[in-house]
Amino acid sequence: MSKMHIQLTINGEAQEVLAEPRELLIHVLREKLGVTGPHIGCETSHCGACTVDLNGKSVKSCTVFAAQANGAEITTIEGLGNPDDLHVLQQSFREHHGLQCGFCTPGMITRAHRLLQENPNPTEAEVRFGMAGNLCRCTGYQNIVKSILAAAAEMNAAQEAAE
Amino acid sequence: MIPAAFDYHRPADIASAVALLQELGDDARPLAGGHSLIPMMKLRMASVEYLIDLQDIDELRGISVSDGIVSIGAMTTQHDLITDAALAEAAPIMREAALQIADPQVRYVGTLGGNVANGDPGNDMPGLMQCLDATFTLVGPGGSRDVAARDFYEAAYMTAREDDEILTRVTFAAPTGGYAYEKQKRKIGDYATAAAAIQMTRDDGLCSSAAIALTNLSDVPVFAKAAGAALVGTSCDASAVTAAISAALGEIDPTEDNRGPVEFKLHVAGIVILRAIERAWSRT
Repeated sequence: MSKMHIQLTINGEAQEVLAEPRELLIHVLREKLGVTGPHIGCETSHCGACTVDLNGKSVKSCTVFAAQANGAEITTIEGLGNPDDLHVLQQSFREHHGLQCGFCTPGMITRAHRLLQENPNPTEAEVRFGMAGNLCRCTGYQNIVKSILAAAAEMNAAQEAAE
Repeated sequence: MIPAAFDYHRPADIASAVALLQELGDDARPLAGGHSLIPMMKLRMASVEYLIDLQDIDELRGISVSDGIVSIGAMTTQHDLITDAALAEAAPIMREAALQIADPQVRYVGTLGGNVANGDPGNDMPGLMQCLDATFTLVGPGGSRDVAARDFYEAAYMTAREDDEILTRVTFAAPTGGYAYEKQKRKIGDYATAAAAIQMTRDDGLCSSAAIALTNLSDVPVFAKAAGAALVGTSCDASAVTAAISAALGEIDPTEDNRGPVEFKLHVAGIVILRAIERAWSRT
C-alpha cells in the first residue's frame, strides 16, 4: 500500500503530490495542496459541495480517489475567478443573492460553469435539472437559478458583442 | 470517511486486467466509475485489497449501432448514453432511463458496465437489460463468453460473473415500437422505490409484443413475462392493462425498507407499470 506520485494540473498549474491510493481527491486537494475552495459537505456523494471540474466533467471529488485522477486536469472555484476579478457567475450570484451562508457556492458555481459550457442558453427547467446534484440548505434555489440564468444571458451578450 | 488501505492498479488493456484479477484472487475488484463501489468502501462495507481501475482501457468505451445491433462498451458513462445521437435513434429507452439515474455529476462518471455488473437491485440498467433481452460479454482467463442478461442475476450482488472476469460489453437488438422507463423515487439521486421498463409493438391496432421488466422490487431485476403476455393481442384497454399489472405484481417480491412497507411498494409498482404501459402504447 505504498504511496503514489500523483500528477495533477490544477487550475492550469502542474502539481505533484505523494498520496496513498485510498486518499480521496477532495482530501488531497484540501489538505495536501491547500485548494480549499471545494468543500466537504456530506462526504457521501449527495450534496455536491465538493464538485470540481475533472477533464471537462463535473465530478464529486469525495467519490473519486486521487489515484484515479492521476494525469487529470482539474478546475476548481479558485480557477474561475478571484476577489479582484470575479467570474461572471460569481458576480451574478452576488448580484442576485444566489447565496446566503456560501458553503455550497463553490460547488454550485463550478457545476454551473460546466453546465453553461455544454448548454450556453438553458431554460429554467434545464438549469434546475442540470444543477440537481448540488444541494443548498439556505436559499430555496430560486436565486441560484436566477443567478445562473442571468450569467448565461450576460455571457451570451458578451459573446455576441465580441463577434 | 476514509476507506481501508488497498493497492491500486491501472492496466492498459483487458488481458492485463484479467491477469491481475487472476493473480490477486477474490480480494481484487475491478473499478469502473466507482460511484457504487467507492461509497461502500468509504463505509467499510466493501473490503478491497486490490483495486483494478479500468479507465485506461480504450476498447471498453464507445457505442456502435450497426445492422440493427447496439453494442456498448462497459466503461461507457451514463452521460455518454444520454448524449449519443445514434443510440437515441436506435434505442431511445436507454436515454430515457439514463436521465433518471442519480444526478449530473454521477452520470458523468457512472458507467453502464458498472451499473449492470454490480448486482445492486436498486440499479436501473439491470431491469432495462431484461426488457431489451441484452447479452453481456464476460472476459476471463479462459477467454470470452456471452451471458443473457435474463440469466445473469442470481441474488442481490450475486451474478454469473466470476471474480476473475470483466464484463466488457453489452449488446442488444435495437428495439422497435413504443417504449417507456418509468421510475418513482423519493428525491433526485435516490434509487427507485419502483421502476418499470417497457418495449411494445402495435399491429393493426392490437399489441403484437410487449416486454416488461421491473427494478428494485425483488432482490434481482425481474423480467415479467406473464405481464407482457397479458397485453399481446389486446388493444391495451383498461381490462388488459389491469391484467398485466396483476400478473407483474405476482412476479415480484419487494421487502420493507426505508422506501416503505411492502404494501406501499406493491401500490407504487402498480402505478409505475400503468404509467409505463400508457406512455409506451402512446408511442407505438
